[in-house]
Amino acid sequence: MRLNKIATAAVAGLMVLPLAACGGSTSTSSGTASNKANAGVTLTYWASNQGTSLDNDKQVLTPELAKFTKQTGIKVQLEVVPWADLLNRVLAATTSGKGPDVVNIGNTWSSSVQATGAFLPFDDATLTAIGGKSRFLAGSMSATGVAGQPPAAVPIYSMAYGLYYNKKQFKAAGIASPPKTWDEFAVDAKKLTTPKHWALSLEAGSKTENIHSAFTLSQQQGGSWFDSSGKATFNTPQNVAAIKQYIDFMQTDKIVNPSDAQYSNGTEALKDFATGTTSMVFWQAAQASLKQLGMNPDDIGVAPVPLPAQLPAGGKAVTSMVAGINLGIFKNTKNKDAAIQFVKFMTSTPEQQMLNKTYGSLPSVTDAYSDPAFQAPNVLVIKDVLSKSAAPLPQVPGESQFEKLVGAAMTTLFADAATGKTVTSAQIASALAAAQQQVTS
Amino acid sequence: MVAAVQAKAPHGRLPVNSVRRRKPRRQWLPYVLLIPAIVMELLIHIIPMLIGVMMSFFKMTQLYLGNWQQAPFAHLDNYRLAMDFNQPAGKALLHSFAVTIAFTVLVLAFSWSLGLAAAVLTQRPFRGRGIVRTLLLVPFALPIFASVITWNFMAQRDTGVINHVLVNQLHLTQGNPFWLIGGNSFVTLTLVVIWRTWPFAFLMMSAGMQSIPADVYEAAMLDGAGVFAQLRRVTLPLLAPVNRVLVLVLFLWTFNDFTTPYTLFGDTTPVQADLISIHIYQNSFGTWNFGTGSAMSVLLLLFLMVVTGFYLFFVNRRTDSA
Amino acid sequence: MHEPNWFRWTRRVGLFVLLVFTLVPIYVMVSSAVKPLQDVQGTFTWWPSHFTLAPFRDMWTTIPLARYFVNSLVVAAASSLASVLIALLAAYSISRYRFRGRQTFSVVVLSTQMFPGILFLLPLFVMFVNISNVTGINLYGSRLGLILTFLTFTLPFAIWMLIGYLDSIPRELDEAALVDGNGPLGALFRVVVPAAIPGIVAVAIYAFMTAWGEVLFASIMTDDTTRTLAVGLRGYATQNNVYWNQIMAASLTVSVPIVIGFLLMQRFMVAGLTAGSVK
Repeated sequence: MRLNKIATAAVAGLMVLPLAACGGSTSTSSGTASNKANAGVTLTYWASNQGTSLDNDKQVLTPELAKFTKQTGIKVQLEVVPWADLLNRVLAATTSGKGPDVVNIGNTWSSSVQATGAFLPFDDATLTAIGGKSRFLAGSMSATGVAGQPPAAVPIYSMAYGLYYNKKQFKAAGIASPPKTWDEFAVDAKKLTTPKHWALSLEAGSKTENIHSAFTLSQQQGGSWFDSSGKATFNTPQNVAAIKQYIDFMQTDKIVNPSDAQYSNGTEALKDFATGTTSMVFWQAAQASLKQLGMNPDDIGVAPVPLPAQLPAGGKAVTSMVAGINLGIFKNTKNKDAAIQFVKFMTSTPEQQMLNKTYGSLPSVTDAYSDPAFQAPNVLVIKDVLSKSAAPLPQVPGESQFEKLVGAAMTTLFADAATGKTVTSAQIASALAAAQQQVTS
Repeated sequence: MVAAVQAKAPHGRLPVNSVRRRKPRRQWLPYVLLIPAIVMELLIHIIPMLIGVMMSFFKMTQLYLGNWQQAPFAHLDNYRLAMDFNQPAGKALLHSFAVTIAFTVLVLAFSWSLGLAAAVLTQRPFRGRGIVRTLLLVPFALPIFASVITWNFMAQRDTGVINHVLVNQLHLTQGNPFWLIGGNSFVTLTLVVIWRTWPFAFLMMSAGMQSIPADVYEAAMLDGAGVFAQLRRVTLPLLAPVNRVLVLVLFLWTFNDFTTPYTLFGDTTPVQADLISIHIYQNSFGTWNFGTGSAMSVLLLLFLMVVTGFYLFFVNRRTDSA
Repeated sequence: MHEPNWFRWTRRVGLFVLLVFTLVPIYVMVSSAVKPLQDVQGTFTWWPSHFTLAPFRDMWTTIPLARYFVNSLVVAAASSLASVLIALLAAYSISRYRFRGRQTFSVVVLSTQMFPGILFLLPLFVMFVNISNVTGINLYGSRLGLILTFLTFTLPFAIWMLIGYLDSIPRELDEAALVDGNGPLGALFRVVVPAAIPGIVAVAIYAFMTAWGEVLFASIMTDDTTRTLAVGLRGYATQNNVYWNQIMAASLTVSVPIVIGFLLMQRFMVAGLTAGSVK
């Protein structure tokens, strides 16, 4: 967590390396002469858990970081932080003023982090230094902070939700194609649910997954969680309807195993799908994880999340929130220029292609899509969702509280539904009202 | 009889005349010896507590995390929010408080009773007593996280031993119940803590009983007292000093327990098992709202001080009049 | 021994029930630690499908268990040592001398026992950060910081227990040592301390066990290099699988030394506790 400056001798030694011998093709366009300007500096980087384990992330990132060191002479001290800890660690670093230089954050945290003032804003000059704003996907860029303010962090991995379905089980049940509307979804789910098999798995104990789904369904109903002034508007009929629809999967439609109410690790629902225990799951960028879990790639199908057959008044054709990981720089870093160089490296086309291919996510810069890996049909489905039917979570300072409070309310409601109590719209409304009252910003 | 007990455990306070040997110029020594403790107490208890109290009067939310010196003064707003029992936040705090009281009372009652029972049962020697005593102490010796993680595993709905026994083997109920979410979570939490706590009560009371001389019991038996009468007239009164301390310590430890619910339930503590320490933790670190979190901690502290004060006053009055 | 028969049978039944209650979770822990992964992911079975020591081998690599172990050991031992030393000096002072402020100090120390840990969490954190900003001594995220925070829990109880225990050691011992020409500190260390071994051991064990199992502060005040076992074990719930068998194996491994130590020393602990409580 602390920054050490390496002795001058080491710097001099690094300077001796001829620039030409630096595997030149991977350096980006802006002036190789300035690349080594910060040689000898060590950056501390907190990466998030994108791969199948913390170790896996270390294995993926270490060679890339070595490339960066070779190009620029800047060393990177890597720590992979599990998701359960990441927000707390960022918070602690913000409070203490002592943190890493660069850190991954969930893109939904951008506004909250921005409000604390702890991150370096990516103003026009900084954006130019990393290659310019226009390189990035518009959708991903919309999830980087409050609109109208410079981004608090820039997107490096982009994802969207899709409906992953088991092609083999669909065929066996006589379903020709994945459902496009919720009515079709209900019909298909009933066909797939038998006394021994559940159609859908939900990560119903996870605040994050619940929030993401509630957001999407609420968008389809025309609801919103904050008004234009940033005040919380949780308790609205549209939001209630969205949450009711989601919980009804378990309590009324009975296509979800009540045990799913315990699933809170962020892994169990996907595992159920991968092992064939269920036939469908709503998930982000699951291809790589599914392969790791041993699922036959031929059985993996993905389609956009269904929409209502008729959008209600004000409803939007949204099938996913804009998911992704952003890379930010702590404002009180002692190595600002080196950190900017690092961000530039991570958003460079070759790195974007390399990392997103490995993690199964999508690049956040448009020129990276030329790589054939991002042309596979399953990937194109997600890309389509990202560009056409994905909306960013509310970009307001109260957003992280929204995640925690409404997420917690939903897990409690799922627990009630799983243990046999009926969850009514009225109960959902009062839970949302309680959550709303606790938002302070 | 009482005098005999007192003679066995002499106090360290000597009559004044032997203390007079102390030379006046050595008077600095006791203070010097206290310095490390005073420094540590200041550093880790007094000053943080004062800072915590101070923070409860400020609006310390995520907006001011980066520069908390600039957080606005909030007067009593944080307290008002915490104590407004008509609003959700206040209601949740009151509910959490009620859950914690119920939990503490149950744990205390069962742990104390089981501890007493086991102490009485093992009071007289029998073959294998040493091994039994040792085995019964294991739950208390285990690190808390290890035992709670094991109970978490046992309480899993589909793979745990509790449901395996209840449903598959004993057929006491159908359809695997949930033990870690919903209403049963309170039962699980209480059970786990009783499991871990009663051996400590057993240990303390056993030790206390060892210092009761055998002739006291013989005298009681000559008077015609049976086992239960002996318990009432001999054991319990003589255990009173031990029990006074035991009950207070158990109450404080159980009431403030954070580790068990945190390890048992993770980040998603069910509302039925929302102990006060976890509740405050999730309302400060959870929502980045340290002003209200601090206010709630202060309220908790005040409550504990009042309870302890009453307890000590009540207990001391009892011993004065005994 | 004149025990009525019904009492003997009550004892057998009662103790049997208590033993079952006590030992079933232990059995679950031990048996699960030698089960293959499928066993712990399906319906519970009392007996492993086949015995395997693989969990004991794999647990070291799934998370950096060795590092957490060392961290816990260092922090717990240091807390224990510091608690004993500081508490001993303070308790000797209170027990052996009458001076102004003695009552106040005792009362203050006693009252800090009731403080909930959550009250100190953020203030300590903020304080540590400020200290390191001003003096450069890094407390947050370091073992030293964690040791200091653990003293929050252990010191009051340790001081209180040692006061009670030292009180029960007759003054004649001190006086004899003083007559022999020792100063008060000499009396303390040559005579009183040896007589107070049970109480000291009790305090040391208590402090060690508390530090070993503490979760609240350890979860906030550590980073990956200084993490302790109490927090680190939660890392077994990784992306794809929850490795229950490894969790049980790891729990067993980190518990066995503590349990053995406690059981061997519990005699001392009892003596220390009861002496402290009989006032």
